[in-house]
Amino acid sequence: MTPVLLRPDLAAVAAAVPEGARVLDIGCGDGQLLAWLRDTKGVVGRGIELDASDVAAAVGRGLAVVQGDADTDLADYPDAAFDVVILSNTLQAMQRPADVLAQLVRIGRSAIVSFPNFGHWRVRLGLALSGRMPVTRSLPVSWHETPNIHFCTIADFEALVVEMGLTVERRAGLHSGRQVAAWPNLLADTGVFVLRR
Amino acid sequence: MDERFGLDRRVTLPGDFPLAGGGVLPELTIAYETYGKLNANRTNAILVCHALTGDQYLASAHPVTGKAGWWTRLVGPGKPVDPEHWFVICANVLGGCMGSTGPSSIDPRSGQPFAMNFPVITIADMVEAQARLLDHLGVGTLAAVIGGSMGGMQALTWAVNHPARVKKVVAIATAARHSAQNIAFHEVGRQAIMADPIWAGGAYVADKPPAAGLAVARMAAHITYLSEEGLTEKFGRRLQDRDAVSFGFDADFQVESYLRHQGLSFVERFDANSYLYITRAMDYFDLAQPHDGNLARAFAGVQSLFCLVSFTSDWLYPTAESRRIVRALNAAGAPVSFVELESPFGHDAFLLDAPEMNRVINGFLTA
Repeated sequence: MTPVLLRPDLAAVAAAVPEGARVLDIGCGDGQLLAWLRDTKGVVGRGIELDASDVAAAVGRGLAVVQGDADTDLADYPDAAFDVVILSNTLQAMQRPADVLAQLVRIGRSAIVSFPNFGHWRVRLGLALSGRMPVTRSLPVSWHETPNIHFCTIADFEALVVEMGLTVERRAGLHSGRQVAAWPNLLADTGVFVLRR
Repeated sequence: MDERFGLDRRVTLPGDFPLAGGGVLPELTIAYETYGKLNANRTNAILVCHALTGDQYLASAHPVTGKAGWWTRLVGPGKPVDPEHWFVICANVLGGCMGSTGPSSIDPRSGQPFAMNFPVITIADMVEAQARLLDHLGVGTLAAVIGGSMGGMQALTWAVNHPARVKKVVAIATAARHSAQNIAFHEVGRQAIMADPIWAGGAYVADKPPAAGLAVARMAAHITYLSEEGLTEKFGRRLQDRDAVSFGFDADFQVESYLRHQGLSFVERFDANSYLYITRAMDYFDLAQPHDGNLARAFAGVQSLFCLVSFTSDWLYPTAESRRIVRALNAAGAPVSFVELESPFGHDAFLLDAPEMNRVINGFLTA
């Protein structure tokens, strides 16, 4: 079976997952990333997803996915149950992002977190020039309809990680899926961090 | 043609059948149906477990009511459990009244019906009876065991008591234990039966059953299978064949007429003593009980993949009960999928048209 091409931000996350790891993907959607990891990296994967039809689609791919809410359900998982816990493009939709981060590094030996960078120059420029909340390619929904309630910049995230005493194993700023060479908080549309306790 | 396979089969397996509660049955008869063909490697067997008042007529016409099988929306040509592909088994539970050994069976030792001399049985006993049937059919390992409601309890028990014999478990609209509310509703039903003088301590004759008591039991139970939203939508306060209330105690309201009909038609096909014994088995069900209430420990040795489904308006076995099972399976490291589906139809939703449920089950079985 030929694995499908991953969304660029997922590809960056997938690259950080070791072969054969036990992986929990939180907010796994229809299971695209988990299925890819299973088929190409021999990963043993589990997923959590809020949307019932996404869960149905993921189960249809043969994945073990539980309908649930990362804000409330992560406490149910035992310590170090997974090698890697993934939270891709979901942190900004959490009620309590810091609590969720703490759960990630508890449940997983390492955690891969990706999020849209609100410090990207387009966002800064958009807000500065139009005075309106930015609606961009990666954040296409208006402020009153978006499920994203806790935006941050890469610099904000770095500060939180330091405050929580977490170790950053790797970090990358991506623009259109490609790593930016410098000034990630200005030039990257997405931040990807590998964290551990 | 192997006589063991097909519609309307019945087998008596000689020898003692010991029960979890300490009793022993001198022999075990199981009435069952099979659909499709067991493949050469014997890897395509699916056991479907029925609910409290269900039976083995899973996908063929019921001999008493003439109605189509009770789960033809899931089992049949073009459905997720297609006999073209799967070898499907469905057996009347131990304690039932459609041919398997139950309180209305003749006790070979006395020549009389067991009636209330029938030993109290458990969900685990039902599963052991099914295991004996599988031995008889030459089925070692099940590709899947599927059940809703009490059928789901059996499916979970299969995974716990026979971990090596079950590859996949589909447990729908079910729980790992009976709640106080579940027990309370069952007790109302049992007391309705026992309050009927015709019940006579269970010693009624077959053609003169405690119909009034059993009908009331069914009426009360039937309410728990629906939802307030569903009842309101279906009946509201609409009147039955009249323009105004009668200021009497006729079935003025459509919902009354409907419940009375449910009660009366149930009596035609179900035995009152079976109702007592099977509801009791459900009340005693608590998978965590042998493990000091720790459900995760009950699942410690499971080897199956699990798929759980609940429905938003099911207040009999609500989503919280499914989530409790999911949590415990996660804690035990077992691979589990779970989805809560939108439905206004209450507990009965799993027997009605549920395309999303079919999609999930189909994906889970074929993956």
